[in-house]
This record gives sequence, C-alpha cells and structure tokens, in this order.
Amino acid sequence: MAAPALTGVGVLAANGVGVADWWRRTVEGVSGIRAVDTLRDGGYPAVLAGEVVDFDPARHLPTRLITQTDRWTQMALAAAEWALADARVEPSAYDPYEFGVVTGSASGGNEFGQREIGRLWRNGPGAVGAYQSIAWFYAASTGQISIRHGLKGPSGVLVTEQAAGLDALGHARRLIRDGARVVLAGGTEAPLSPYAWTCQLSSGYVSTAIDPDGAYAPFDMAASGYVPGEGGAMLLVEDQASARARDAPVLGYLDGYAATFDPPRSSGRPANLGRCIEAALADARCPASEIDVVFADAMALPGHDRDEALALAEVFGPGGVPVTAPKTMTGRMYSGGAALDVAAALLCLRDQVIPPTKGITRPHPAHHLDLVRDAARPCAVRRAMVVARGGGGFNAAVVLSRP
Amino acid sequence: MIPRRAVITGLGVVAPGGVGVKAFWELLSSGRTATRTISLFDATGFRSQVAAEVDFDPLLEGLTDRQAGELDRVAQFALCASAQAIADAKLPVGAAPHRTAVSVGSAVGCTMVLEQEYVRLSEHGTNWLVDHSRAAPHLFQALMPSTVAAEVAWLAQAEGPCAVVSTGCTSGLDAVAHAAALIAESSADVVLAGASDAPISPISAACFDAIKATTPRNDDPAHASRPFDRTRNGFVLGEGAAMFVVEEISAARRRGASIYCEIAGYGQRANAYHMTGLRPDGVEMAEAIRIALRRAALAPDRIDYINAHGSGTRQNDIHETAAFKRSLGAHAYATPISSIKSMVGHSLGAIGSIELAACALAMQHSLVPPTANLDEPDPDCDLDYVPHVARERSLRAVLNVGSGFGGFQTAIVLTDTGLRDAE
Repeated sequence: MAAPALTGVGVLAANGVGVADWWRRTVEGVSGIRAVDTLRDGGYPAVLAGEVVDFDPARHLPTRLITQTDRWTQMALAAAEWALADARVEPSAYDPYEFGVVTGSASGGNEFGQREIGRLWRNGPGAVGAYQSIAWFYAASTGQISIRHGLKGPSGVLVTEQAAGLDALGHARRLIRDGARVVLAGGTEAPLSPYAWTCQLSSGYVSTAIDPDGAYAPFDMAASGYVPGEGGAMLLVEDQASARARDAPVLGYLDGYAATFDPPRSSGRPANLGRCIEAALADARCPASEIDVVFADAMALPGHDRDEALALAEVFGPGGVPVTAPKTMTGRMYSGGAALDVAAALLCLRDQVIPPTKGITRPHPAHHLDLVRDAARPCAVRRAMVVARGGGGFNAAVVLSRP
Repeated sequence: MIPRRAVITGLGVVAPGGVGVKAFWELLSSGRTATRTISLFDATGFRSQVAAEVDFDPLLEGLTDRQAGELDRVAQFALCASAQAIADAKLPVGAAPHRTAVSVGSAVGCTMVLEQEYVRLSEHGTNWLVDHSRAAPHLFQALMPSTVAAEVAWLAQAEGPCAVVSTGCTSGLDAVAHAAALIAESSADVVLAGASDAPISPISAACFDAIKATTPRNDDPAHASRPFDRTRNGFVLGEGAAMFVVEEISAARRRGASIYCEIAGYGQRANAYHMTGLRPDGVEMAEAIRIALRRAALAPDRIDYINAHGSGTRQNDIHETAAFKRSLGAHAYATPISSIKSMVGHSLGAIGSIELAACALAMQHSLVPPTANLDEPDPDCDLDYVPHVARERSLRAVLNVGSGFGGFQTAIVLTDTGLRDAE
C-alpha cells in the first residue's frame, strides 16, 4: 500500500506558535528557552524551560472549551485546527467514520489535576470541579478534537513518553491501512506546572544550568541534562490516493515506521535503538545511504548521547549523515517532542534546509557525528529520519520522504 | 498471503473478589458481588462510598521489594496478572524477545501514588509550589503511565513494540485490539496484552462524585451496581487488571499451546458528541459492532453472547440496548446479554480486559455469567440480560463492547478458532 501523505501541520513551541513563525525562528536558530518565573519563585534547582508564552488559548478557543480542558489539550486543539487549515481540509466534507484522531500523551492534564487535587484536600470532595473527570485523563485531547471537528473514525491514545509522537504517526498509518482516509495525529505536552516539574526533577535528567545558552547541549562534552519544554504538533496523515484525488498540498510521505523496547540495563542484553532505526529503514525499503538527515532524540545525558551516537554510527557510518536536534531551542516536550520533530523534518524536506542544533560548544569527539551546529545547513534533502526514545526504554523511528 | 490470526493462549486476572482466574470465575459463575464500602481510603463526606476493591498484597503475590515499594498499585496489578498469564500459557519467556510486544491499557495510570505524593509534598494541597526537596528519587518513573508497560515488558522479556493504550474506559478493549493488529501486521508474534487500573483514591472518586456518575447507594453496597435495573443510579468504581498472552495462531499451534479463543475482529468508533454524554440511538457503538463483525467475517446471528458495557447508568443502558438492536437486528432479542460490572464494578480502563477474560472463560465453561442485582428490569431495556443466575450455553462467538469518556466506542468479537478454520 502506498505510503500515507502528510498534508498539514499545526505547531506550538517556545520559539514560535504556528508553523510560519516557529519554522522561521527554528531555521534562524532562535531559541525559546528561558527562565520561568513560577519555577524561580518555587526555588527549584532547575528554572529553564521552553515555555510557550505566546499561546493565549482565549484567542483560539471558545471559553466553554477552555474551562473544561487542561493546557495540554488546549494546545492540541489549536494545533489540530491549524493542521486542518494547513492541509485545506474541511472535515465535514468527509465520511466521519473515515476520519480518526490519534494523540500521544505522557503526563495528561498536569496543571488542571494539581489544582483539583489541591481543592479536594483543602476543601473536601464537594470542591472538585465537574470537569476534572474529563480534563485530567490521557484521552482528553483525542476526545476533544474528535468532538470539535465531528471525527468518528477509529482513534487512539498512546503513552510511550517521548516516543509517543512517532507511535501516534505509526498508529495513524495502521488505521489508514485498515480503511481510514484521514487521521489527525501527533502529540502535545504541558509539563511545566509545579508538581509536574517536581516529578521531572526527581529523575535527575533535567538540566540545572542558569544560562539558557548551552543549557541543553546534547552530544557535547558538557552535556548535563535536558531542558523540558511544552507544546508539540498535530499532523494530518492522509491516504495517498485520497490526497492525490483532492490535489492536496503534500509535505511529505510517511515511508517507514518502527518501534522497539530496551531490555533493562542489568540484563546485559544490547539496547534496541539501532535495531529500531534499521527496522524503520527496512519498513521504508530505504537503504541507510538514502537518508539525508536525522532528527536525533538528543537527551543530553552522557550515557544516552553515547548510545544514540553509537546506534547512528553503526547504521550510517561515522559522520555518515547530518544529525540535528532543533529541540535544543524548544526544550524536550515528551509526547509533543517527536511530533514537532516530524513537523521540522517535513519543512526541512520542503525548504531543503536543515535547522541547527543550538548550544553546542565542544562536540564529544567519541560520537563521530556530523552535527548541524549553530547555523542552518542548506542541502539537498530527499529523505529524513526522526528518532525518539521514551524514558524506560521506548524507541521509535520514522522515515519521511519528499513529494 | 495467509492472514495472521491472533489467539489468546494465557490469561491472568486481578479482580475484586479475589486474585487469580479461579476466584474470578467462581465469583462470576455464582452471581455473587464484590462491591463493598470503600476501605482503601476514608470516604466519609463523599457522595458515593461504595467500590469494588481487590484484596491485594504485592509481596504475597510474588512481586519484588522494589516493585512493591516503588510502583503504583496499577503497575503491581499488571505485573501480577501478566505473571499469571505467562504461566497459564506456558510461554517460554525470553525465547524471542524481538518478536514479543506489550500493549497495556489504562485509563488513569498511576494516579494513586500521584495523589499521595502531591498531598505530602504540597502540605495537603496548600502549597502550589510544591516542595521538590522531599520528593522520592523514583517519583518520575513511578508516575509515568508508560512505566506500567515497561514493567510488563521487563517481566516478559519483550523487546518489540511496547505501549500503554489510554483511551479512557475503552482502554482494556483497545489494548487487546492493538495486540491483534500487531500480530496481524507481523510487528510481533507474541503480545502481552491487557489492562490495569487502580482508581479507588480520593481524587478519582471525587471527580465521579462531581458529575454524579457513581452511585450514592451507600446503605447497600453489595447490591449497589445494578445495570439494566430500573432502580440503578450510577456505576460502582472498581479496580483490577487482566492480562493475556496473545499469539499468532500457527506459532501457538506449533508449540502446542492450548488456545482459549481467537480475537476475530474489533471495531472502534467515536461519537464526536460529548465527553461524557451518550445519545440514546447508539449509532456509533452499532457501527463499531458492525466493523468488528465484518472483520471477523461473521453474520450478526452468529453471536452467542454479548458481554455488555452495562455500567449501571441509565444513559448507558439505553444507548447500548439501542446499539445491539441496530447492529444485530432481530437476533439482539435472542442473544443473552450480561454485565459483569454488576459483580466486579467498573474499573475504568481495566474493565474491558477483565470482561474479555470473562468472555474467554465463559466460552471455555460454556456458561454465560449473569447480571447480578437485576431485580426490576428497566422497561426500556427489553433484551435478555440474564438476571442473577448463570446460564449454560455453548458459546462459539462472543461480542464484548465498551463505551467511554471522550465518546469512544469499541467492540471486540472473540470466537472459537474452529469457526474460521472451517472457512
């Protein structure tokens, strides 16, 4: 079956809301990472994040919807609407049973949940609002998008931490192979509320740097943790024949997808990121030599960076493919992160320019990566790969090609 | 190409009324109920004070000190049920890690630890900027729902695709449908699939209180879950897990595994109507049923039993009764239907898998579990809901449906493998 087409993108990130602004700043290397006031006020050891300060839900959503949703769902609703507009798709023109929604969510409605649990324990069960039951749980974004646009097709919600943005795309392809025509797929995350922040700090993986420049420096000698961010992307995945029939603005094709899981380190068995990359290539029937750029997972922790660099070198050869991590400008946004990377890869295919990785001063010599640093690199890009790893051992990779 | 068929070769259950398949089936086949006054927290002041709880000691159930000490109850349930399923299937663990996948459904994930830790770190909700310095070092992993799937994968030595499926109250059906899809597309040969939820905590109870979704029948907890009964007034919150070993049929046969049933078809639709509301016409659920039947290549009149969503709310009972008539036609009136939620409560994302376990056991025992507490059938629910007493019947094709917040409607058809072998 022909690879599904990707025909629309909606994004929110710390360095830009909406595709045009975000992509321009991403190519220019403008970072959105800065100190967040509430995190400073809380005296947290890490205060830098990719906060989407330019997103005002009231400008994009009806009050009724804002009241009953967490920020993470508000961002998903906005991104979904923009993806539809970008693809020039009017859902009412479709059979609703052929139109699905798949989102990833790693942590659900953080701020909403924290507020309502607080009310419960301060003021008793009667103080909990009626919308907690529908705002907090992981399926809220898929459900709200489905209702807002009248989409009744097969849908889904996947929780695989950072890998979920890619798993959502893989699942969208599965649904299209099973007969759906169009699927809105992607992910967002809003993990900057104080309790969510506290939980992330407990992992020891979050950068405690003070200076935003170089705070999130994957594959660098000084890599010392990632900077979390909020936001993400929704993408329109469309049956290729259907997209052709309506002369859709095709951004790229989803040629391949694969997912694997790592054994525990104590098992002595090898990790499976490299196998995941190879499986995605095989699925796309694409030799490694035809991949022109890799959007890396880029955890910015020495062990994780080494593992990823090693996996890439094994498949592509040392320095064998340009590698980039524009998430250094937006922060790592869990379910939103890989979805945003897919959006970046699609625009990279369109504009034939690889956005840069920011903040790297001393690339680790043992990694042997051709990192696209500091400035964007114009070059011929026919096929792109996006790699993601979810905490605990989730690996996913996709292969995208130019129309 | 020969289609790759997915079969269930092992099952494990952690349900109210007792851990393990034996206790579960004894409860269901006898029509007893496991609903009681909430003991997991002090529910004084709550509108609904009834739940279907699992008496569960993680260490007695064979979990390690780390698993018992650090993991949320939802992950502990999933591990316990997975270990049962692996043993039941006599699955050679570690034989083919790359071809072994995991698909675990959960609606609310690790909310129990999440709430407990928040209450501790925020001084009972009074400090918005919670005190990070007292947070447990494993908190992040303990709270991410993806951890539930990761723990199962480590137990099963699975290194193929691994995910938590979290579509609210249809999660337990959708996770098993996902497993069947992974087998069919050859992403895996074996999938540890199922679902777990442990939502009997103050915040989950309070949010259902707030929308009056749960029953206030606090004076009679044993009879509080009353699907299809005229006097029902809300569901009873439950908890638990069911996990399955799902295998590609020829591989299962080659290793001589005993097969419970085939996951013959599934259908998923959304109502795109309301996050919690259902229209009385049941159109989208009927559509999901039709898709499931079509995928199973079964005519509607081949269905021998329907395990209903039967949550015990009036809107649900009307909605799915209409959906059964719409999808099965006259055969709806001739098909026994029951809701095990009358006995084990509504464990949100887990219940779909717990119900599939009930279906697999019903087929094995040729016995339809009853709907407990169905004393006065709602006149608007005019199908055969098998009140009180289990009914003997040979079951070759069984339909299980689920309906959840977000508008999700899922149907799964399980069949005797002989049904499709004959084609």
